[in-house]
Amino acid sequence: MEEEDAAADPYLPYDGGGDTIPLQEIPRRGSNYAMSNGGGAASSTTHLLDFLEEPIPGVGTYDDFHTIDWVREKCKDRERHRKINSKKKESAWEFTKSLYDAWSGWLVVTLTGLASGALAGLIDIAADWMNDLKEGVCLSAMWFNHEQCCWTSNETTFAERDKCPQWKSWAELILGQAEGPGSYIMNYFMYIYWALSFAFLAVCLVKVFAPYACGSGIPEIKTILSGFIIRGYLGKWTLMIKTITLVLAVASGLSLGKEGPLVHVACCCGNIFSYLFPKYSKNEAKKREVLSAASAAGVSVAFGAPIGGVLFSLEEVSYYFPLKTLWRSFFAALVAAFVLRSINPFGNSRLVLFYVEYHTPWYLFELIPFILLGVFGGLWGAFFIRANIAWCRRRKSTRFGKYPVLEVILVAAITAVVAFPNPYTRQNTSELIKELFTDCGPLESSQLCQYRSQMNGSTAYTDNPNQPAEPGVYSAMWQLCLALIFKIIMTIFTFGLKVPSGLFIPSMAIGAIAGRIVGIAMEQLAYYHHDWFLFKEWCEVGADCITPGLYAMVGAAACLGGVTRMTVSLVVIVFELTGGLEYIVPLMAAVMTSKWVGDAFGREGIYEAHIRLNGYPFLDAKEEFTHTTLARDVMRPRSSDPPLAVLTQDDLTVEELQGVINETSYNGFPVIVSKESQRLVGFALRRDITIAIENARRKQEGIMLNSRVYFTQHAPTLPADSPRPLKLRSILDMSPFTVTDHTPMEIVVDIFRKLGLRQCLVTHNGRLLGIITKKDILRHMAQMANQDPESIMFN
Amino acid sequence: MKFLFGVEAFCLACFVLLSQVSAKNSEDIRCKCICPPYREVEGQIYKQNVSLKDCNCLHVVEPMPVDGKDVEAYCLRCECKYEERSSGTIKVTIIIYLSILGLLLLYMVYLTLLEPMLKRRLFGHSQLIQSDDDVVGDQQPFANAHNVLSHSHSRSNMLNKVEHAQQRWRRQVQEQRKSVFDRHVVLS
Repeated sequence: MEEEDAAADPYLPYDGGGDTIPLQEIPRRGSNYAMSNGGGAASSTTHLLDFLEEPIPGVGTYDDFHTIDWVREKCKDRERHRKINSKKKESAWEFTKSLYDAWSGWLVVTLTGLASGALAGLIDIAADWMNDLKEGVCLSAMWFNHEQCCWTSNETTFAERDKCPQWKSWAELILGQAEGPGSYIMNYFMYIYWALSFAFLAVCLVKVFAPYACGSGIPEIKTILSGFIIRGYLGKWTLMIKTITLVLAVASGLSLGKEGPLVHVACCCGNIFSYLFPKYSKNEAKKREVLSAASAAGVSVAFGAPIGGVLFSLEEVSYYFPLKTLWRSFFAALVAAFVLRSINPFGNSRLVLFYVEYHTPWYLFELIPFILLGVFGGLWGAFFIRANIAWCRRRKSTRFGKYPVLEVILVAAITAVVAFPNPYTRQNTSELIKELFTDCGPLESSQLCQYRSQMNGSTAYTDNPNQPAEPGVYSAMWQLCLALIFKIIMTIFTFGLKVPSGLFIPSMAIGAIAGRIVGIAMEQLAYYHHDWFLFKEWCEVGADCITPGLYAMVGAAACLGGVTRMTVSLVVIVFELTGGLEYIVPLMAAVMTSKWVGDAFGREGIYEAHIRLNGYPFLDAKEEFTHTTLARDVMRPRSSDPPLAVLTQDDLTVEELQGVINETSYNGFPVIVSKESQRLVGFALRRDITIAIENARRKQEGIMLNSRVYFTQHAPTLPADSPRPLKLRSILDMSPFTVTDHTPMEIVVDIFRKLGLRQCLVTHNGRLLGIITKKDILRHMAQMANQDPESIMFN
Repeated sequence: MKFLFGVEAFCLACFVLLSQVSAKNSEDIRCKCICPPYREVEGQIYKQNVSLKDCNCLHVVEPMPVDGKDVEAYCLRCECKYEERSSGTIKVTIIIYLSILGLLLLYMVYLTLLEPMLKRRLFGHSQLIQSDDDVVGDQQPFANAHNVLSHSHSRSNMLNKVEHAQQRWRRQVQEQRKSVFDRHVVLS
């Protein structure tokens, strides 16, 4: 038969002293000799060989919870690009296809920006409305929140800017009266009721429809961008549930923010749109470019900070960030910000989220309290990370974690019960931050500013002697202190609940409260001790030289920097949030200080700490490997392990191959020439082998259990009655990376990081000795740092 | 579930378009002037639906609380800002959000309460309920390969297709729930 002749032909290239080459076969084969890498189309005379060369569907995909092979994906992409380019000149249709291919990247990113902006607008509007639903309803138009309800009303006064007859609190609706202890209790009760029902709804939706929608999302996205696969994490249902339950979680008054989940939402959009274009849907490395751009769009719409979003994607989230990704992220952030701006329903008063209107200068001596705020931020960050990780670990391993719905309800109940009496915690956290950032001028009437009238003595607008001197500052201060303690404690238990939860706004709130307290203290100090040297130099009596709002800003940046350890992106986000360009230097000083102080207690930010808690295989590019171990200390098999599971290039039968696969759980197998020589041919992945065998048994006839499997170009010589051999050369990776056993581990870790490898083979004197996988490296690093090496879970 | 996603995408598109073409309601613009306390006059807030060119103290502050020569001093302290909003966008967004939330709640009630009850009534024994809980093997590499290759097979019937897709989705959610809530391997 034809295939027997083909099988009997030895293959020509040097195979290390195998079969002898029958001289009469050479002329026939010589013209068709082609050295191919990984199964390119070798021209052949038989149609059967052609059939065997066509790509097997499913080969090249990855299992869930596995790491991708960056090198292979990049090679695939370059191959595809070459193919399209080579066909470009053939016809107009091919040219159009090549144009479409070149522009599909920009198209995906545009669609992602549009979708992110639209979803962020929806989340903003719905969250604002539902938040105010806890207080009351707007009778004339049910869809307005408190501020919008009183927008056109003329009954608002200078002192009470929120009161208008169209907005009815629940006590007013149910009991009929607005003031008094009865209505206070009724309001309290309705507040708790709504908070609990929103929280309960949120956790139920998450549990029933999309369990991956809980948490912040940024640790998992960091891991995905470094090459990990989590199927369903960026899917349609996760997107929908995350959007809906984020609104519910924010509205329930829990101490969380929207920013981390918005990054997740944007990445889901990016992932979904990338499936419309084969350039991105089939290639995992290209998809991650789109995801980097999408996360920039996410931060851009969360804060209204496009440049900060790009820098955030660069600094925090992405693993590889080539220049092309920078342009795409820039464009995505731009489109998303534009869409959000055009939806802008609340009027141009909300363009910049926490816009500060003052431009008073800051003085050199104020650097001391700014640095103190930086130290506070660093200390709080370190404390929060330790406490939150300890609590999450307890939730993970003990029976606290068995009742997620109950836990959410309990935390929401405690939060609501404690938050209602204090006006600073009752209101929306974003509103609190805005109030704290705003400086007290003549136009402000909040409780924080009441002491100003007392201080400023006989100025033009308050020289009415009948006005009582209110000690408003003291009640504001102790309420703020209580709010600070409350938020510090509750955020520890809230971050990591099984509802979408973000960390940015609570950290900024804590920092803003601390900063404002310090600012007010400094102000009082400057007022009552204006004859001290420091203040005499710079401050005049009666003039404001201290702006407490600035201290709140610096405190917010310091706390956020302490917990996430961001630097540049944080400063850019904060000055894009506030518009305070004069204050970049104090912000940088505070952020730098908080990073140094925080790093003194532990090098990880909150996201890296959660990655380590979950055991994701994330090889951090920021850490340096400083130990002097060699490759042979880390490679497997160790001396006590069974020998390395290898495949020989043409000795195995299908049955033996299946046996190897079923008995071991390795993800890939090196292919060697023969057991005696141990010389390396290539590397074959488990998933590819199983798919190829299944495919062969389905599509090709004559493949039996004792068919020979060969990875070479031509089948080995077989006796005449043996069944048809199975050629698996197309799934073999012919260029695996190897290091020698004496390579220092520093170089090996560097290779893994820079190339994005999954495994690396170790040779000794040219012979295959062992294998190092990414998991081995992570375990080794954990061991060197005296952590538990068994906590690395995935491959 | 692609249908639900399509509905959502359609709603989003409508929403974005609507926000562009929503007519400028006369009630949606205002000029807000905040005037701090001045001598005996208390602080006040004045609002009027005027356009940008008329948004200043003299047009908006009515009735003027001080007399002739003090008007300028009073107005200097006032700050007037022009604001506009889009109430149509807010209304449409809230309605879309509440309807999606309502649909999800109904579906959740159906999945958790009604469907097991219906199944129990129709089939009597618990065999079919158990088949949903079977874990499709990570342990069997060849079964997995089976899955990958069988995606290309076509179903005969539309209803069969929907049923099959729904079963696959529920298995996926079950797997996710196990990883997140039971074994705590992801997202802890």
